[in-house]
Amino acid sequence: MSTVAPAPVLEREVGAPLPQAARRGRGRGRLLHVYTWVLIFYLMAPILIMILFGFNNTKGKLNVRFQGFTLTWYKNLLAIPELTTALQNSLTIALFSTLLATVFGTMMGIALGRWRYRGRGVTDLILFANIAAPELVLGAALLGMLVTAQIPRGYLTILIAHVMFNIPFVAVTVRARMAGFDLTLEEAAQDLGANPQVTFWKVTFPLIFPGVLAGALLAFALSIDDYIITSFVAGQTITFPLWVFGATRIGVPPQVNVMGTLIFVGGILLAVMNAVYARRRSLQ
Amino acid sequence: MRKRIGAAPYLMVLPGVVWLALFFVIPGLLILSLSLQSGNYEQGFRFTWHWANYTDAFSFYHTQLIRSIVYGLVVTALCLVLAYPVAYWIAFHGGHHKTTYLFLILLPFFVSFVIRTAAWKFILTDNGIVLGPLKTAHLLPQSFHILATQYAVIGGLTYNFLPFMVLPLYVALERIDPDLLEAAADLYSNGRQVFRRVILPLSIPGVFAGILLTFVPAAADFVNATILGGTDTTMIGNVIQFEYLNANDYPLASALSFVVMAALLIGVFAYAKALGTEEAMEMAAA
Repeated sequence: MSTVAPAPVLEREVGAPLPQAARRGRGRGRLLHVYTWVLIFYLMAPILIMILFGFNNTKGKLNVRFQGFTLTWYKNLLAIPELTTALQNSLTIALFSTLLATVFGTMMGIALGRWRYRGRGVTDLILFANIAAPELVLGAALLGMLVTAQIPRGYLTILIAHVMFNIPFVAVTVRARMAGFDLTLEEAAQDLGANPQVTFWKVTFPLIFPGVLAGALLAFALSIDDYIITSFVAGQTITFPLWVFGATRIGVPPQVNVMGTLIFVGGILLAVMNAVYARRRSLQ
Repeated sequence: MRKRIGAAPYLMVLPGVVWLALFFVIPGLLILSLSLQSGNYEQGFRFTWHWANYTDAFSFYHTQLIRSIVYGLVVTALCLVLAYPVAYWIAFHGGHHKTTYLFLILLPFFVSFVIRTAAWKFILTDNGIVLGPLKTAHLLPQSFHILATQYAVIGGLTYNFLPFMVLPLYVALERIDPDLLEAAADLYSNGRQVFRRVILPLSIPGVFAGILLTFVPAAADFVNATILGGTDTTMIGNVIQFEYLNANDYPLASALSFVVMAALLIGVFAYAKALGTEEAMEMAAA
């Protein structure tokens, strides 16, 4: 990177200021290096606070001053029934919406990546508009329809909404994977006597699988974290982000910190495993 | 390219398109109809070309509308200034650890958005871990506070959307061929010239995408304004949520939603046009 290729002797003599400029550039690089770490620390600050105060031996209800280390909140993780229900709802909604959105989104991504069919532009436009539209509008518009059609809001409407905002993200991720796909591989499989089903499951799917997996992980993360859209369509059903949002008014109990920490650690493990898996595949 | 593709692509996109049509496209069009209805929650609403919903929306809530745009712009500018040097450094000096640095920048996404914002409320609280010691040391007056001010809301929004700015900037900067920089240096450009004449112009698509990805969610956010803000920092999202869920004035709420949707979508598509839809989506998904 910063090791500049040695310039021919003559040129270096003529362009004497060059090495000096390069040195100045390196000094600036160091400054930016420090700045990058400062910014990373800034981004980490609230996360560190969250983790730390999950271990806080706080007396009373408010979790505001660090009073010593304890594992109480990890042991009593499920001591607040409504919070536990909220987390359960969030986890099951994330799971189901990921499954549905991954199936639908993958099908769309494959079709978009492979064929130039009439109407492809419209499909693209819908996906793009969905990703670009602010969550506020997605939630408000869906709520407008639910109240007009007098559909009761609850678990099911949250699930519907989550599938709706997850499909485009999966489709786009899978389509990106399709971009590098060699169609002659399928032709080869068919020339060797494989029928379309066998070709799909033995050739196409394994090759696009990293894209499908990345899309599914993204969908799960988006679903479990969603507050804005969910707040519009939830009715009386509470999800984890909704519960925490409500709790910020009076003070967040340490169990929320613990759950946040566990989701954080779980998410990182999944992401790292995905990266390791992707690297191993690319090495093969 | 196959000659006969038949119905296959349509069958493949059908379930997804139907789902999106039912729960995204139709609701989007429906709020236009809803926004022109009159009536009340008890007796029901009827379509009457009631344009007054729009004039009401503006006369009641122009403060929040303008505030949302101003906050969005300030947040976007702050994110750009904060993110560019980092994206630049990772792209050109990250070496073998580029992915690791990027991963660290994205770490906040592994914590719930609401929890992150709540953590900032905790950090900035009046006698909390930052302001408390400063007040004890008499560096700040006792009455000093950040929460419930516009600084808290803008700070929270900047924090939450910063990674959305770093990512597209990084993607654009990383694509720049290092040979170009060397060529510029060989032609006796100094560091500043290389940056202004080569790096900056080539990173403009990333800047555009970053502005888009930051401004839209920031201007439409109401989580930060609710948790970190006060009564005079309410944004358009707070108003829409209130009108829908508390006041049950669906037509007015729809008019407001439609204004926000139209304004942002027009902006987004103008942007996408300048950028190319595919590239914009690629950036958005990156």
